[in-house]
Amino acid sequence: MFYNLPFIAVAVIAALGIVTMLLRQNLIKMIMGLSLIESAVNLFLVALGYREGGIAPIFTNAPAGEMVMPTVQAMTLTNIVIGIATTAMLLSFVMVIYRKYGTANAQYMRKLRG
Amino acid sequence: MIPDIIMHNLPAFLIAVPMFAAFATPLIGRLGNERVRDAWVLLAMALTAAVAVLLAAQVYSAGTLVYTFGGASPGIPVPADSGGIPVRIIFTIDAMSAFMALIAGIVGFSVTAYSMASQSRSSGRESYYMLLLLLTVGVLGMVCTGDLFNFFVFLEISSLAGAALVASRVDRGVAVEAGLKYAVLSTLGGLLVLFAVALLYGQYGSLNMALIAHQMQFTVLDMVALVLLVTALAMKCGAVPMHFWTPDAYSMAPAPVTAFLVVASQASLYGLFRVVFTLYNVTLNYSLVGWFIIIIGVLSMVVGVTMALPQKDVMRLMAYHAVSQTGYMLLGVGVGLAVLGDETLMSTFGLTAMEGGIFHIINHAMYKGLLFLTAGAVFYRTGTRNLNQMGGLGHNMKWTMVFFIIGALAIAGIPPFNGFASKLMIYESVFLFNPFLSIIAMVVSILTLASFVKVFHSVFMGPQLPEYQDVKEVPAYMLIGMGILALVVIVFGLFPQVVVDGLVAPAASALVDQSSYIASVLGGI
Amino acid sequence: MDPIATLETGFGYWNPLAWLIAFVVAGIIAWVIWSAGEKGYRKGTEQVKPFLSGNAEPAKGDVHLRAGNLYWGFTEALSGYYERIVPLHSGILNDYLLWYLGVTALLLVAVIGMGI
Repeated sequence: MFYNLPFIAVAVIAALGIVTMLLRQNLIKMIMGLSLIESAVNLFLVALGYREGGIAPIFTNAPAGEMVMPTVQAMTLTNIVIGIATTAMLLSFVMVIYRKYGTANAQYMRKLRG
Repeated sequence: MIPDIIMHNLPAFLIAVPMFAAFATPLIGRLGNERVRDAWVLLAMALTAAVAVLLAAQVYSAGTLVYTFGGASPGIPVPADSGGIPVRIIFTIDAMSAFMALIAGIVGFSVTAYSMASQSRSSGRESYYMLLLLLTVGVLGMVCTGDLFNFFVFLEISSLAGAALVASRVDRGVAVEAGLKYAVLSTLGGLLVLFAVALLYGQYGSLNMALIAHQMQFTVLDMVALVLLVTALAMKCGAVPMHFWTPDAYSMAPAPVTAFLVVASQASLYGLFRVVFTLYNVTLNYSLVGWFIIIIGVLSMVVGVTMALPQKDVMRLMAYHAVSQTGYMLLGVGVGLAVLGDETLMSTFGLTAMEGGIFHIINHAMYKGLLFLTAGAVFYRTGTRNLNQMGGLGHNMKWTMVFFIIGALAIAGIPPFNGFASKLMIYESVFLFNPFLSIIAMVVSILTLASFVKVFHSVFMGPQLPEYQDVKEVPAYMLIGMGILALVVIVFGLFPQVVVDGLVAPAASALVDQSSYIASVLGGI
Repeated sequence: MDPIATLETGFGYWNPLAWLIAFVVAGIIAWVIWSAGEKGYRKGTEQVKPFLSGNAEPAKGDVHLRAGNLYWGFTEALSGYYERIVPLHSGILNDYLLWYLGVTALLLVAVIGMGI
C-alpha cells in the first residue's frame, strides 16, 4: 500500500486535472488543469525512479551501495522546463484573447466554428 | 567533394543546422539589414534541405543508419560496459525516417522561399523565421529519433513553435484563439505521450524504441501505453473525431506556416505508424487497432470532405481537405496493419495498400502545400479569404491560377498528377480487402473534385471584378516557392513507378520489418 | 530502372505515358479545330463585349456567380446530415478536449477488453 501511494496520488491529481479541463470554462482554470496533469506526469516519472536503498548517482566520494538510474530525473527536469514554456505561452495567449474578446470564457471563445 | 566529417555526422547536422540558424536569426536581425537576415534564413533552410537529401541518399543506398549522440563512436549504439542496453540518445534513421526528412526538407525550403515575399509586410519577422526553423527542427527530430523521450521532446518543440506561428498574425484575436486551441490540445496530447513513455520505461527500463520493441510483452500496461500513444498521435495528425483543432489552426495561420503544419501533422502520423509497426508490431491486437485506424481514416475522409464543401473561407475549406486526405493515408496503412500477421494477405494487397498510404503522404505534402500557398498568394493580393468576395482573379494572376489547377487536380486524383497514382494504389488494394471502403474512398475523391471546382470557379473564373482591376501577380519568391512544389507534383505524377520503387517501397518495408530495425540498433540478437 | 515503367497497383496497373499520348492527341485535335475558326477576332474592340440580346451589360460583380451559391442543392439535400455534423464543430475548447479524451477512453476499453 505504502509503495503505491505515489501512484495513487498520480491518479488523483491527473483525474482532478482532467475534470478541471473538461468542466471549467474559464481559460485560466483550464490551463491550471493542464498544469495539474503535467504535475501528475512528473510525479509519476519521479516515483518510477525510486529504488529502495538506492543512492544518488554522484560518483565523487560515493558511499558503497546501489545507485539509482538518473534517467527519470532528467526526464522530469526536461518536462518541467517544457511545461514552463508551454504554460507561459498559453497564459499569454489567454491575455491576448481577454484583451481582444473581452472575455476569458471558453464558451464565448468560439469565433472559429462550423 | 564533401568533407568526411560532414558525411559521417549527417544526423547531427540535420538537427544542428536549423537549430543554430534559428537561435542566430534574432541576433542577425538585430544588425538591421533585412536582406542579410533573409539570405541567412534561406541559406540555413537550403542547407537543412541539402543535409536531408544527403542523409536520404545515404540511408537509401546503405540501409538503416544509427547515430549515437555523445558516444565516442557514433556508429556503436550499445556501449561495451552497459550490459547490452543502449543508454545514450540514438537516432535510428531507416528508409521511412529518411522519406519523411526528405518531405520536410523540400516543403521547408519552398515555404521559406515563399515567406521571403509573403511575410514582407508583417512585423516581427525575426521571431517568425526563428519559429519556422524551430518547427523544422521539431519535425526532423520526430522523424529521425529512435528514442521515445527524445520523440516527446521534439513533439513538444514542434507543437510550441507551431502554436506560436499559428497565433503570430493576431488578427483581432481570432488567430490567437486558434493558436490557443492547438496549443492546449497538443500539450495535453504531449503529456499523455509522456505518460505512455513513462509506462514503457517503468516496465522495460529503457527509452530506446528498438530495445522496447525487442522485449515487448504486451501486458495491460503496454496496452494502456499503446492507446495513449495512438490516440494522442492520431489527434495530432487531425483524424476525425479529434480533428476539431485542424481547421481552426490551419485557417488562421499564415499560408506558408499552414503548408508546413501539414508536414508537422504528417510527422505525427509517422509517429503513429512507428508506434504500431515498430514498437508493437505483431504483439498487439493488430486487427483491432488496424480496424480502429481504418475507421478513423474513413471517418476523416467523409467528414472532412463533406465539411469542406459548404465552407466560405478558402483556407478553412482547404484545411478540411487536409483532414480528408489524412484519412486516405490512415486507410491505406490501416489496411496494412489489419492484415499484418497474415503473410499471404500481406503480400497480396497489404503491402501495396501501405505503399499507397505512404506514397500519399509525400504527394499530400506537396500538393496540399502548393494549394495552401496559392490560397496565401490570393490572400496576399486581395486581402480576403472569403470566397464570396473573390472572383475573376485568373485574369491577373495567371501563374497562381496554373499552380492552383495543378494542385487541385492532384488532390482530386485526376491523372496524370501524383495524387492519382497513390489513390489508385489505395483504391485497388483496399478493394481486395473490403470493396465498400474502396467505394467510399472514390466517392470522397469525387466530392473533393467538386469542392475544388467551387474554389476554382469562385476565385479565378468570372469577369474581371472592378475591385480587383489592379491586382498583380505575386512576387517572384512566392512563385518560386509554389513552382518547386508544382514541379514535384508533376514529376511524381509522370513517373510514379520510379518513386514507388525508389522511395516508397523501401519505406514501407522498413516499417513492416521490425526485426531489422531492432537488429540495426542492438546488433544481431 | 525504367523511368516509364507501369505502376503496379496490386489489382491493376497505370501508365502515365498512355495518358500523355492521349492528351497530346486531344490537344492536336483541339488546335486543328481552333485554327479553322474565325480569323477576324480583334482584342480591345466592340467584339469582346458580351452580347445579351441587345440589353445593356449588367455590372461585372452581378454576373459573377459567388461561392455561397454553389452546391446549395447538395447541402440542402443532405441537410439532415449537415444539421447534425456542423454543430459538432462547436468551437468550444471543452468539447474538443472531451472528444479527444472520449476517444481515448473508448479505445482503452476496446483494447484492454479484447486483450484480456
